[in-house]
Amino acid sequence: MNWQKASLRDALGRSLVAIGERDDKVLVVNADLRNSVKTTYFMERFPDRTIEVGIAEQNMIGVAAGLAMMGFIPFAVTFARFASKRAADQISMSVDYCRTNVRIIGAYAGIFTGMQGVSQQMIDDTAAMRAMPNMTVIDTADAREIAAVIDYAVGHEGPLYIRVGRDDWPVVFDGAYVFRLGKGHWLRQGHDVALISSGVLLPYALEAAEVLRGEGIEAGVVNMPTVKPIDADLIADAANRIGAIVAIENHNVQAGFGSAIAEVVVARAPCPMEFIGIQNEYSQSAPNDDLAEHHRLTPPHIAAAARRAIARKRG
Amino acid sequence: MLSNALTDREGARWAPTDAEIGRFRYLAESTRKLFLDTVFRYGRGHCGPCLSEIEILISLYFAELRIDERDPKSPDRDRFILSKGHGALGLYCVFAQRGLIETKELATFEALGARLQGHVDSIHLPWVELTTGSLGQGLSVALGMAIGARRLGKDIRAYCVLGDGETQEGNVWEAAMAAAKFKADNLLAIVDWNGLQGGITMEVMPSLEPFAAKWQAFGWHVIDIPGHDIGALLAAYHEARMVRGKPTVIIARTVKGKGVSYMENQVEWHGGTVTPALYDQAMSEIEPRLAQLESYR
Repeated sequence: MNWQKASLRDALGRSLVAIGERDDKVLVVNADLRNSVKTTYFMERFPDRTIEVGIAEQNMIGVAAGLAMMGFIPFAVTFARFASKRAADQISMSVDYCRTNVRIIGAYAGIFTGMQGVSQQMIDDTAAMRAMPNMTVIDTADAREIAAVIDYAVGHEGPLYIRVGRDDWPVVFDGAYVFRLGKGHWLRQGHDVALISSGVLLPYALEAAEVLRGEGIEAGVVNMPTVKPIDADLIADAANRIGAIVAIENHNVQAGFGSAIAEVVVARAPCPMEFIGIQNEYSQSAPNDDLAEHHRLTPPHIAAAARRAIARKRG
Repeated sequence: MLSNALTDREGARWAPTDAEIGRFRYLAESTRKLFLDTVFRYGRGHCGPCLSEIEILISLYFAELRIDERDPKSPDRDRFILSKGHGALGLYCVFAQRGLIETKELATFEALGARLQGHVDSIHLPWVELTTGSLGQGLSVALGMAIGARRLGKDIRAYCVLGDGETQEGNVWEAAMAAAKFKADNLLAIVDWNGLQGGITMEVMPSLEPFAAKWQAFGWHVIDIPGHDIGALLAAYHEARMVRGKPTVIIARTVKGKGVSYMENQVEWHGGTVTPALYDQAMSEIEPRLAQLESYR
């Protein structure tokens, strides 16, 4: 398919400005990296509402928690690695346990982060964040979904972690897109297999469905931005009606989005599942297309996973 | 109504009278007794680190913090974080003395469903601003509160009591560096420097010295005082209020296990169990001091 592309980090930066215009309680807390995560736009528009703490993510989360406790709406913006790992205990204690209204933006989530290698990628942040009992976890698929999720985040009650990518990426949604917390939505119906995607691999899922149609296989495609709380009803319905699921994520397949789906499937409607994602290994620096192929994330691999799941269906 | 005895009378009249200091000393000593009663009766508690913090907490809660004793979430209250969360039972005893909780609630310490968790816990007890005990995190949150208060244009101060060993955490120095940058003169850190940590003396640890010079180098106003001297504590709080453009740290030189001779400076009394004989010995030391201060009651 010929996708129009838009920069994910640029969407993040513009979206923060947009909510800043709407609500003057919105603050951005930076730990350096302004140019990388494009909070430069917010800083230029609202210098007085930009809190810069330097390369000190633990302090960033603590300061954001304190600001939230004083009634502000702080967005702590840094790379997914530094947020979810460097400041993990600060997030656990001062944000998640204390149910503080801090919005944590894990930018540079996943592996498509501009050929910078493992230290600037993050494949296990969803796992860490969704294991926190009070945390809401959202992954984003394209520039429009980022805008919608950031807009939603202003009014969210409680701890919130949002994964955002970096690079120019296919724009899947149009201006009519509406984000609903905890809800997945069918982009395409199909009775043979359900491809359920969270995050930036969504266009690959849609392309895989086209490949499968060419073989006479009808694949349904779901976009499910909210990883936690997961849309258990949609998943159980897909498992019951269709009976084969492929989970698709830009994250380690262990303990991530696919695992969250599997938890629902085994409890409510057991059916064959396949997992597209990083297969429990670290990535590396390379062009995005090369990485996608190397980690078997591309449409042909998704189509192959769909066939495997269908083959294991009962009856 | 937000109020406190001394902070409501600024300027030349701020200074406490001898009678007031005597009363706070009486309160500190009676809090010590209440603490030991509780530990003896219910079997557990961090004796050393709680006994070292008593004067700091009494002077804060009776003479410095503006709080509304009927409303823990009064919006314009001063914010207090006990970052050394293991000092929990000492703080709960001060809450009881101040009338924020009932003394009989101390009997529920660490019980299932109790408001009085083993480390201070803001989800269970509204008088606690932040759940702590995972050390090194409180100062960052206090800084966020101080910045937030100033953004709101409000005369709210943020206070944070840290353990000395706690300042080995890198997060403390991230916060220290940032607090100076933000010129957070409404932030007061108090380090309960009792010279011991966990079950060991600090000599075997990476050195924190020169401690005062470290804070100075990070851009803080530093006040170094004897930490069981109520008058010195009150004067330091007042001095901190007068400082403009930088945060203040009080290094309160305390004694771990203060007030009970066999606990003082003994590493094994970070925790410990008080037997009947040990309880009687502790009372034989505390009660005469209480009697001496009786006239200030």
